[in-house]
Amino acid sequence: MNQTLTKRKKLRLESDSGWGYAFIAVALIAFCLFTAYPVINAFIISLQEYRPLGSNYVGLENFKETFTDNLFWKSLKNTLVYTLLTVPMNIFLSFLIAILIIPFKKRTQTVFKAIYYLPAVASGVALAVVWLWIFDPLKSGIFNQLVSIFGISNQNWLGASATAMFSLVLMSWLSSHGTAIIIYLAALLGIDNSYYEAADIDGANFFQKLWYIVIPFLKPTTLFLLVTGVIGSFQVFQNAYLMTGGGPDHATTMVGLLIFNNAFTYFEFGKAAAQSLILAAIIAVISFIQFKFLGNDVEY
Amino acid sequence: MALYNNNFKSRWALLLRNGLIIAFLVLFALATIFPIYFMIISSFGDPVEAGAMSYSILPGKISFESYKFFFNFNQYTYDWLLNSLIVAACITVSNVLFATLAGYSFAKMNFKGKNVLFAILLGSMMIPGQVTQVPLYILMVNVFELQNTYTALIMPSLVTVYNIFLVKQFMSSIPKEVIEAAKIEGCSQPKIFWYIIMPLSKTVMAVLAILTFMAAWNDFFWPFLVTNTMDMQTIQVGLKNFRFANTTYFAPMMAGATISAVPMFVLFFSLQKYFLEGVTVGAVKG
Repeated sequence: MNQTLTKRKKLRLESDSGWGYAFIAVALIAFCLFTAYPVINAFIISLQEYRPLGSNYVGLENFKETFTDNLFWKSLKNTLVYTLLTVPMNIFLSFLIAILIIPFKKRTQTVFKAIYYLPAVASGVALAVVWLWIFDPLKSGIFNQLVSIFGISNQNWLGASATAMFSLVLMSWLSSHGTAIIIYLAALLGIDNSYYEAADIDGANFFQKLWYIVIPFLKPTTLFLLVTGVIGSFQVFQNAYLMTGGGPDHATTMVGLLIFNNAFTYFEFGKAAAQSLILAAIIAVISFIQFKFLGNDVEY
Repeated sequence: MALYNNNFKSRWALLLRNGLIIAFLVLFALATIFPIYFMIISSFGDPVEAGAMSYSILPGKISFESYKFFFNFNQYTYDWLLNSLIVAACITVSNVLFATLAGYSFAKMNFKGKNVLFAILLGSMMIPGQVTQVPLYILMVNVFELQNTYTALIMPSLVTVYNIFLVKQFMSSIPKEVIEAAKIEGCSQPKIFWYIIMPLSKTVMAVLAILTFMAAWNDFFWPFLVTNTMDMQTIQVGLKNFRFANTTYFAPMMAGATISAVPMFVLFFSLQKYFLEGVTVGAVKG
């Protein structure tokens, strides 16, 4: 009798089957309908030539076409260039700023954090519209006025193949570090003071402390920012879509934009689905490599 | 003692160093907020065509003519703001409710398949948005025929995996003794959730609400894809339309951009603490 009671009690404490499922029901249905089903469908669509009324099965044709398409390789190269120019620079800038904010009082830190985070709050479309005017090709354009101080003649920043990519990169440098700064600051504040004290006793200077204490401690944070940064950067295309449309001469066509155009400008859903799967595979491989080579002593 | 050595021989050296650092930080801060500053002060200019004006980075006169110009662009301008508000509010409410429920369930309840399900959800966060974009569009527009409806704008964002993850991380820190004690007293799970978990989770719910509202308000591509008439568009899509229809009207465009961005600035400055907290909750491992 007594035993069954404890057993029942234990069961009541440890199993919440009914309510457990009930609480996740909506989330699970939404996930199945709007994530799982589309992902599975993406594989099916990628093997088809999509027509609203009955699609044709074409096998791996969409993949073959993609791999022989020069534009695909060009867009991949553009994405890679954009990623290499933005992600490391943004991480470096965020690290630098976070280190420089640390010696000040909490109030000062908060003010700077808020300012640096502000562009992340503004809508992407609004920022794109503003930057479009900052890069105005006329002599009166803000950016042209700025570079004329350094003796550079006015450029058609977004309209020339040579400068279009650089313009998008510059915009990223100045508007997408807010999140990383805050994350770095949180991690910096988590380093125990005793490490610095021990270093002081050993007579370490600022840069030695930075190199032997701060950088190793922030490695997991850096890895997190690097992986999420690269993943994000490989999907970026909103600014390119709104500001250059991928031009001039496809100089700013990123993979994300190529997929978007194939899907919603040319309505080649099959091709777009195939390319999106290729993009997913590339992102997966790159993330894996980053974890493999940088994350050997980082646990998540 | 900290990272920085503050034992300078003279006070002046310390002041000089801090001054240099502040100067650099301010310079970088100016570069960061310049576009936003430029947007706001330019929006108070007159709605003349770009050829007839010159840019000024100093505030000149203040006129609201450009705002009038933007709102008179067509009869739907107010609808854009209203649509954005409706869509963002619905998405926020549903995310707060369902992500909190699911996050609690995953963090504190025991049921078969819990870990597998959560692993699947987490794994799905790695999938780039482009993969689901096309099938989701076909599902909503061709299969459900929901083009141009609030349902199509809201449904796909009903509850996001990221938010569930956020809540689960937070709830892991609630001691399980509290819940066990309530269970022994005969409290049912919905009651535990309502009377114990929700009051303890106000912070994470606020963070989640704010980040979700901001993301929904600023979202551009999904509303752009599933709406095709002016009266159903959100402010972000409307702003893009306005830009293409009036490529040379500089100040009204800035007024439009300001209108689309300012509600979020107001929200940010009034609830700054939660915004900044929200950034780190998901990133620092818990």
